Amino acid sequence: MSRVLEVRGLAKAFGGVRAVRGVDLDLQAGEMLALIGPNGAGKSTCFNLINGQLQPDNGSVRFLGRDVVGLPPRRIWRLGVGRTFQVAATFASMSARENVQMAFLSHHRRLRRLVGYAGDAYKQEACDLLERVEMRALADRAAGVLAYGDVKRLELAMALAHGPRLLLMDEPTAGMAPQERRSLMTLTSEIVRKEGIAVLFTEHDMDAVFSHADRIAVLDRGEKIADGRPEEVRRDSRVQASYLGSFGAQS
Amino acid sequence: MSAMLEVEALDAFYGRAQVLYGLELRVQKGEVVALVGRNGAGKSTTMKAVMGLLARVQGRRFFAGQDISKWSPHSIARAGLGYVPEERRIFTELTVEENLEVGRQPQRAGAPCWTPERLFELFPNLAELRRRPGGQMSGGEQQMLSIARTLMGNPSTILLDEPSEGLAPVIVEQMAQTINALKDEGLTVLLSEQNLGFAAALADRAYVIESGHIRFDGSMQSLLEDEDLRQQHLSL
Amino acid sequence: MDLLLQQLLTGVASASGLFLVASGLTIIFGVTRIVNFAHGSLYMLGAYLAVSLIDLFGGGHLGFWGGVILAMLAVGLIGALFEITVLRRIYQAPELFQLLATFGLVLVVQDVTLLIWGPQDLLGPRAPGLTGATQIFGLRVPVYDLFLIAFAPLVLLVLWLLFNRTRWGILIRAATQDQQMVTALGVNQKWLFTGVFFLGAALAGLGGAIQLPKGDANLHMDLQLIAAVFVVVVVGGMGSILGAYLAALLISLIRVLLITNAQLTFGGIAAWQMELVSMFLVMALVLIARPWGLLGRREVASDQRSGTPEPRLRPADATLRIAGGLLLVVLLGLPWIVGSYFLSVATEALIFVLFAASLQFLMGVGGIISFGHAAYFGLGAYGVGLAVRHWGMSMEVALLAAPLLAGVGALVFGWFCVRLSGVYLAMLTLAFAQIAWSIAFQWIDLTGGDNGIIGIWPPDWASSVTNFYYLAGAICVIGLLCLRHLAFSPFGYTLRAGRDSPLRADALGIDVRQHRWFAFVLAGVFAGIAGGLFAYLKGSVSPETLSISLSIDALVMVLLGGVQTLTGPIFGGALYSVLKNELISLTNYWRSILGLIIVLLVVLFPQGLAGAAESLRGRLGTSR
Repeated sequence: MSRVLEVRGLAKAFGGVRAVRGVDLDLQAGEMLALIGPNGAGKSTCFNLINGQLQPDNGSVRFLGRDVVGLPPRRIWRLGVGRTFQVAATFASMSARENVQMAFLSHHRRLRRLVGYAGDAYKQEACDLLERVEMRALADRAAGVLAYGDVKRLELAMALAHGPRLLLMDEPTAGMAPQERRSLMTLTSEIVRKEGIAVLFTEHDMDAVFSHADRIAVLDRGEKIADGRPEEVRRDSRVQASYLGSFGAQS
Repeated sequence: MSAMLEVEALDAFYGRAQVLYGLELRVQKGEVVALVGRNGAGKSTTMKAVMGLLARVQGRRFFAGQDISKWSPHSIARAGLGYVPEERRIFTELTVEENLEVGRQPQRAGAPCWTPERLFELFPNLAELRRRPGGQMSGGEQQMLSIARTLMGNPSTILLDEPSEGLAPVIVEQMAQTINALKDEGLTVLLSEQNLGFAAALADRAYVIESGHIRFDGSMQSLLEDEDLRQQHLSL
Repeated sequence: MDLLLQQLLTGVASASGLFLVASGLTIIFGVTRIVNFAHGSLYMLGAYLAVSLIDLFGGGHLGFWGGVILAMLAVGLIGALFEITVLRRIYQAPELFQLLATFGLVLVVQDVTLLIWGPQDLLGPRAPGLTGATQIFGLRVPVYDLFLIAFAPLVLLVLWLLFNRTRWGILIRAATQDQQMVTALGVNQKWLFTGVFFLGAALAGLGGAIQLPKGDANLHMDLQLIAAVFVVVVVGGMGSILGAYLAALLISLIRVLLITNAQLTFGGIAAWQMELVSMFLVMALVLIARPWGLLGRREVASDQRSGTPEPRLRPADATLRIAGGLLLVVLLGLPWIVGSYFLSVATEALIFVLFAASLQFLMGVGGIISFGHAAYFGLGAYGVGLAVRHWGMSMEVALLAAPLLAGVGALVFGWFCVRLSGVYLAMLTLAFAQIAWSIAFQWIDLTGGDNGIIGIWPPDWASSVTNFYYLAGAICVIGLLCLRHLAFSPFGYTLRAGRDSPLRADALGIDVRQHRWFAFVLAGVFAGIAGGLFAYLKGSVSPETLSISLSIDALVMVLLGGVQTLTGPIFGGALYSVLKNELISLTNYWRSILGLIIVLLVVLFPQGLAGAAESLRGRLGTSR
């Protein structure tokens, strides 16, 4: 298996507060790595450092061997990194299909065309992708009124339009009902395993983490305190203490 | 006992999307009630809806026997319902003392009366930071200031939205002690929490919220004993 | 050296009035997020009221200062009254609707002032005890200048005490950051806002009154000042009072240095010619270095937009196609229906519809607010004017110069503008329009200055009213169809993507900034075509085509029609331009009537005419 993502010594401070301190991560093709930790542990910061939204103070991020630190998110996307957002971000004034068509237009570098109708471009491809994420029936619904779970599927379809090698998913199942959660995660893992896409995701729902992640990395106050297969991490006493907290121990 | 806060058939919308569905809540005087649920389940939306901060809300809300459904947020606050938001929303350019001043409202019968000095006793950390701008405080200090600021309105009831979020374990424990102290003062509290352990240490009763629906309504004890329910609707 | 010192003192003195007005505007914006276009009008009212009051009380110490203070309070009350009767009803309306209302007030105040005080300038009374000049370090300095130099820091101190030592001030500072939280803590925001308007308006009134001993009261001082005040507020950082003072100093000093050293030339351009341009250049430079002004805070860009998302764009359905076809038939047959006067009114309306549509493309599709769209209309007009005057080009060629010059202007201005966002961007567009206006106004050799360029007539084949109507109409209709198509093209979708969610667009490989820049150029080109046609319609070009009031006209057309509908600018543009033309021909007080109509429309239809039509259609649909 080839190494898709290699993060070394990643560090970021916000005015005195060291949000992320020296985190290392590795990810192979077709592998799903869950990044977990209590609220405020630095997961989101870590995420945003990798996808280019924030610039690290220190450390390196290599994607397919190429250093991507300092590149804006759109350049990182061009290299083959797709993403879904914690608070799902789609183009609210467009239909689900048009959202996916946008992704294709960008993929084929047709964004600046002044002639022709965007609504006709890559229509079939977009419908096919929506089919794959089980959204075909909602293709003409405005993205702004889609249910939470459907928006996440839409984001997934938009990411797939570019044929990504790495998928970054920030809290993919936040705010979803358990059944929705399971089906989204099952769908995601089916697709990424088939395509050999590496996935890095943060997640609160331990169910989703333990049933789908190949590996789990645990952050606590900006540091990685564990990294391994699910059952190893589950037994780790440091993880127990930090993740569940003194209150969690009571319950 | 009489109901301090009562919510009937509460629906809420963001734009055209419905996010709360027919919520029913009831908090008795002097009670601490927890609203537990995952990220995005609708806890914060509920708090905002009760406070009148959402543009589109349906259903009826009562506070201290009055129908507040059509009231503006400031009238609701002046009636004695305090709100501590999830994001704390400290005025970062204002000092600790000035933040407290913004929250100051006249004393109210049947509710504890707070002065900055009394609040500094309750939150000793803040006492040393009186002149510090809110933007230069740690997350825990900001959370304390946010609570203290709301208490300056001398509320009889407060809505506490995720007070433990993002705080170090030591601070979380401190926070729990503080909330218990407030309960002893006779304050009525509706607490939203993701951290069931924290909620269990404080609340008498609990509601479980999931995807905008109330899924459980009962004593904290019965929630803790119901393994299935917790698995299904809560994270841990 | 002495000369320099004297110039510095003059500059500092003239900064005081500017600061007073700017501080009021910045306070109002900070709390209510309303860009108050009427702030210059309040300043003007302050000046006129003070002249009358001082006259009434006699020019003694008590009379003068009593007059100044009463004028200040009166203007404050006018501001508060406006807030209570109009703005309060429309805080929930879409962004910028409040701005329309304040512009309505501008128009009304212009006429009321004319009605009460007449058209002639009123010389300002002298301040008793502060006349003449005194010697400082061997320099003769007007005593009133010294007073002004001391007065601004004094006001600054009073404001500082107000905002830091009173409960009201602390509430205002809190509301500036998070208005909703203040409300949730039990503060009645209504009265806070009214209070803010009182204070802001009173400061503007004071600014108008206090500058009287050095100047006068005239009917042009409102819009003349507003541009400078916007510059000061933006350079200082919106919401920052101290920033406003520093910016007022900076701007005033530069202007004074350029005026008093008028004969100096830099690369062939005389200093005095750069006086007006200078402050806008300073603003552009400051914003490039510090996008949020000297002391401003970064506006937190949130991707979670409040309120409802922008509506979807749908291709024309059968109804719209039929309506469009009918409209086209009417337009074709118009020369047989109406006389030549109305035909030229219709030509002008078509030109403004194209102009409004180009702004709608920028604002509705691109999500870029422009307060200075007249820049490109005017550049188009001047493109024609210069081509005719300096190269004697025929209309067929000169009309190509219009989109060319406008496009180049948009290319340069847009490069700066797309680096900013929101209200700062809007203010920068206004500044660039003013730069273009200043150049046209002060580079007399090239542009003819205030007189403009005359004698721009179409060739014989197009010179009859009917023929020119067909020519201009055809170009405008084609332009409109192009703009409409652009909205549905891949590029239009890309723009909407950047507007809907910059975060997602970026994560999808879209360079939002670059596409916005391109949108700027396209909108500029179409506005330029409209401007070029306008030049031939009027037979002349003047700095008016670049003016703030024309920029605002365009905004009114777009906002009245509905920013988010492609048909909006057609209604808004036609309605507004015909209405304005008719009112002008009917009455001398057309401004106030137009202003009242705008205010009324805004209050009655806070969703815009298109929004009102939409909800009406919805209601009819459900009742059927």
